[in-house]
Amino acid sequence: MQVHLKVNERALTVDVPPHTLLVQVLREHLHMTGTHVGCDTAQCGACTVIKDGHAVKSCNILAAQADGAEITTIEGLAAPDGTMHPMQAAFKDCHGLQCGFCTPGMVLSAIDLCKKHPNASAEEVRTHLEGNLCRCTGYQNIVKAVQQGAAAMASA
Amino acid sequence: MGASDFSNLPHIGESVRRKEDYRFLTGAGQYTDDITMQAQSYAVFVRSPHAHAIIKSIDISAASAMPGVVRIFIGKDLEGKMGGLPCGWLINNPDGTPMNEPPHPVLALGKVRHVGDQLAMVIADTLEQAKNAAEAVQVDYDVLPAVVDVRDAATGPQLHDAAPNNKCYKWVLGDKGNVDAAFANAHHVTKLDLINNRLVPNAMEPRVAIGNYSRATEEYVLYVSNQNPHVERLLMTAFVLGLPEHKVRVIAPDVGGGFGSKIYLYAEDVALTWAAKEVNRSIKWTCERSESFLTDAHGRDHVSHAEMAMDKDGKFLGMRVHTHANLGAYLSTFSTAVPTILYATLLAGQYTCPQIYVEVDSWFTNTAPVDAYRGAGRPEATYLLERLVSRCGWEMGLSQDEIRKRNFINSWPYQTPVALQYDTGDYLGCMVKAQDMADVAGFPGRKAASAAKGLLRGIGYSSYIEACGIAPSNIAGALGARAGLFECGEIRVHPTGSVTVFTGSHSHGQGHETTFAQVVAARLGVAVDAVDVVHGDTGRVPFGMGTYGSRSISVGGAAIMKALDKIETKAKKIAAHLMESSDADVEFANGEFTVKGTDKKVTFGQVALTAYVPHNYPLDKLEPGLNETAFYDPTNFTFPAGTYICEVEIDPATGVTRVEKFTAVDDFGTIINPMIVEGQVHGGLVQGIGQALMENCVYDRETGQLLTGSFMDYAMPRADDFPEFKIGNICTPCTHNPLGTKGCGEAGAIGSPPAVINAVLDALHGLGVKEFDMPATPHRVWEAIQAAKA
Repeated sequence: MQVHLKVNERALTVDVPPHTLLVQVLREHLHMTGTHVGCDTAQCGACTVIKDGHAVKSCNILAAQADGAEITTIEGLAAPDGTMHPMQAAFKDCHGLQCGFCTPGMVLSAIDLCKKHPNASAEEVRTHLEGNLCRCTGYQNIVKAVQQGAAAMASA
Repeated sequence: MGASDFSNLPHIGESVRRKEDYRFLTGAGQYTDDITMQAQSYAVFVRSPHAHAIIKSIDISAASAMPGVVRIFIGKDLEGKMGGLPCGWLINNPDGTPMNEPPHPVLALGKVRHVGDQLAMVIADTLEQAKNAAEAVQVDYDVLPAVVDVRDAATGPQLHDAAPNNKCYKWVLGDKGNVDAAFANAHHVTKLDLINNRLVPNAMEPRVAIGNYSRATEEYVLYVSNQNPHVERLLMTAFVLGLPEHKVRVIAPDVGGGFGSKIYLYAEDVALTWAAKEVNRSIKWTCERSESFLTDAHGRDHVSHAEMAMDKDGKFLGMRVHTHANLGAYLSTFSTAVPTILYATLLAGQYTCPQIYVEVDSWFTNTAPVDAYRGAGRPEATYLLERLVSRCGWEMGLSQDEIRKRNFINSWPYQTPVALQYDTGDYLGCMVKAQDMADVAGFPGRKAASAAKGLLRGIGYSSYIEACGIAPSNIAGALGARAGLFECGEIRVHPTGSVTVFTGSHSHGQGHETTFAQVVAARLGVAVDAVDVVHGDTGRVPFGMGTYGSRSISVGGAAIMKALDKIETKAKKIAAHLMESSDADVEFANGEFTVKGTDKKVTFGQVALTAYVPHNYPLDKLEPGLNETAFYDPTNFTFPAGTYICEVEIDPATGVTRVEKFTAVDDFGTIINPMIVEGQVHGGLVQGIGQALMENCVYDRETGQLLTGSFMDYAMPRADDFPEFKIGNICTPCTHNPLGTKGCGEAGAIGSPPAVINAVLDALHGLGVKEFDMPATPHRVWEAIQAAKA
């Protein structure tokens, strides 16, 4: 079936079997491998993308369900000249990543949180990130990064 | 250059932001699954649904005829074409006989021995076709009874003909007679039984591998999510496939975490490499998470009894320990070293216990293989010892800090009764600093505040030591290691003065691309951005032993330092020629060569250019170029140590246990990048506290089915499970490597579990709870409270 998507502001159409997941479209059809798959039970959040303004787990949604949607992936965050989005910059500055595998999902979840709760407390950040697993960082610097990124987004 | 000079160089001790982060943050990282080869096929492994069964027959006829299927291989197709998977460490029994080392076939032959044991590899044009065909492989099993608990192993059904009674080995360390004599003179003996729960490492990137073969070059290339590509190649070529190493290249690109689980040579890696030539295709296999739960090497799984003999003042006189270690169904690569060399030798801890005797019995069971997981033996030793020491204090009427202070080692070097010689440390200093940072003085007030809310508050201590950078190779070899334990580094200075470093250490989250660049930039006086670090490719890096056991900076970094010494020596000769002075008069600092007592100077960049454009050059005495390689084999382990203090709050009505405060003070020796080191501690703490509070790998004791086989059943630590940690450091530089570093990757996971459980027991003492095994889930804590009340 044909699925029409706008991915990182680029309109495109893919022809995929009806049971294809959104994450498969991104990784296998569009070769945008920044979105990762870390589990098979929609628990880890590594595949998180922004769909029509909301963070979703792209392993848990059919491409067909995203027909007509606007999708933002990790590849679509930096400015055209390569300057990182304030949240990406905050993750780097706060050492909010180690192996980098969960990072795309974390960053997109964090942006989603900050749009809804720009002044989230550390505890609120921790609660919001409950759906994103990280095995490396111990989360402390991710929390710091999200708060710093939120402040930077607010003043941007 | 010595450690004290090194630590004063620019960039050393500076939290340089990571060079690798831009690619990870913009989706440009390249993990193995992100690689797509031309005309790539996909592999799916058919795995046993039974814990223990005879394979009566495998029928692949229907599956082979399915659309897109390229080939299906079963165990007997591989017979005679390759050996089994090797074990990298030989352990001998007390009578000198070797351990039982049963065959570990790449695809099961005759029997399957754990749920997930692989018995066929299906290769098809698409992943979906491979999955469908794998479903159609018909296996007829004769299901056998299974054994999963290490305490049942001796009397359970036998897994291997070559391992009677499921025994792998018995191993002893220490002088039993001396220990018995110490116990005979004891004022008091404290006894403890405890279980170190089995864990699943769960790096966020599951294992992935792509096998390739080129008929044109006769070269195999294996892309694999792995921590030590040269070791992978060595094991695969020399021990399993019998291939020449120069025709096999192993590339471990960006790797999404390892924690030990990606050290090992796995069956899938071998099968894919071999089959790529057989079918003349690139073949990709991506492990699914549920498959990873079943087949990645697990961690821990010890059942132990320990006793400490003390005099009337609580001074330790002797300790005896017996441990049953569960090795799973087959010997994983370094499994046998974990409950022996990496465990028993750490049981002296930070204390002057003059006599220690340890017996270890290791067993096979119908479970996934168990091997090194973050800490590897040292968390098991620390958990046992630190639980025992706190209990000694409680039984002697001494506080947790007092019993430790009375027994701390306070002069170095210190020879323990269990083979190690600690070079340096400051154990009391770490404890005092931790107590200050944790506001231990305010604990009674916080306990009272908790009590006013109907909650129980407890404080727990753990003073850990670990041994990192396992070495030296000759002694490890005498103890059974079947590999060397050195590291290799190459420094390639380019004509314009920028530098590429090739290291055998592998970075899968540790930030080597930044830390190692800081080391090189500091020594050569160039910008950190002028140094790039290459790792993870046997085709580019001369050799390497990889990353495990917190060894990278202390062993890999030391190899780089040695190569830098050679660079400096040669560069000084070039500089001396340019300045028309003698080599001995040339000094090098901050990127400039000067001649003592003169104002002559040339820059590092000028020397680099001269090395490659040798027009004015002593060609009769010196080769052109500035490129040096060094191998470093350490003379001793390094010994990070510290004290961790945990405060928990427990709701006795529900058993819900929260870590309210956690303070960690570590002595890692020289710290090159404090930001990265602190991040390593955070990550280790969450894995250690995770073990203590929630993580637990459970097999059904009768059927051997894995009950915790997904993130829905296995409790992974999440952001809202933790408070903000307080982290501090003491520095006593390592005395035997040129950096003074000790390693920091595993400390958090080693030191934290006993701190948590000691805090839980401290909180529950008033209710009469004296025994408690990890994890402190609400249900288990509530049960312990109810049992104590009854």
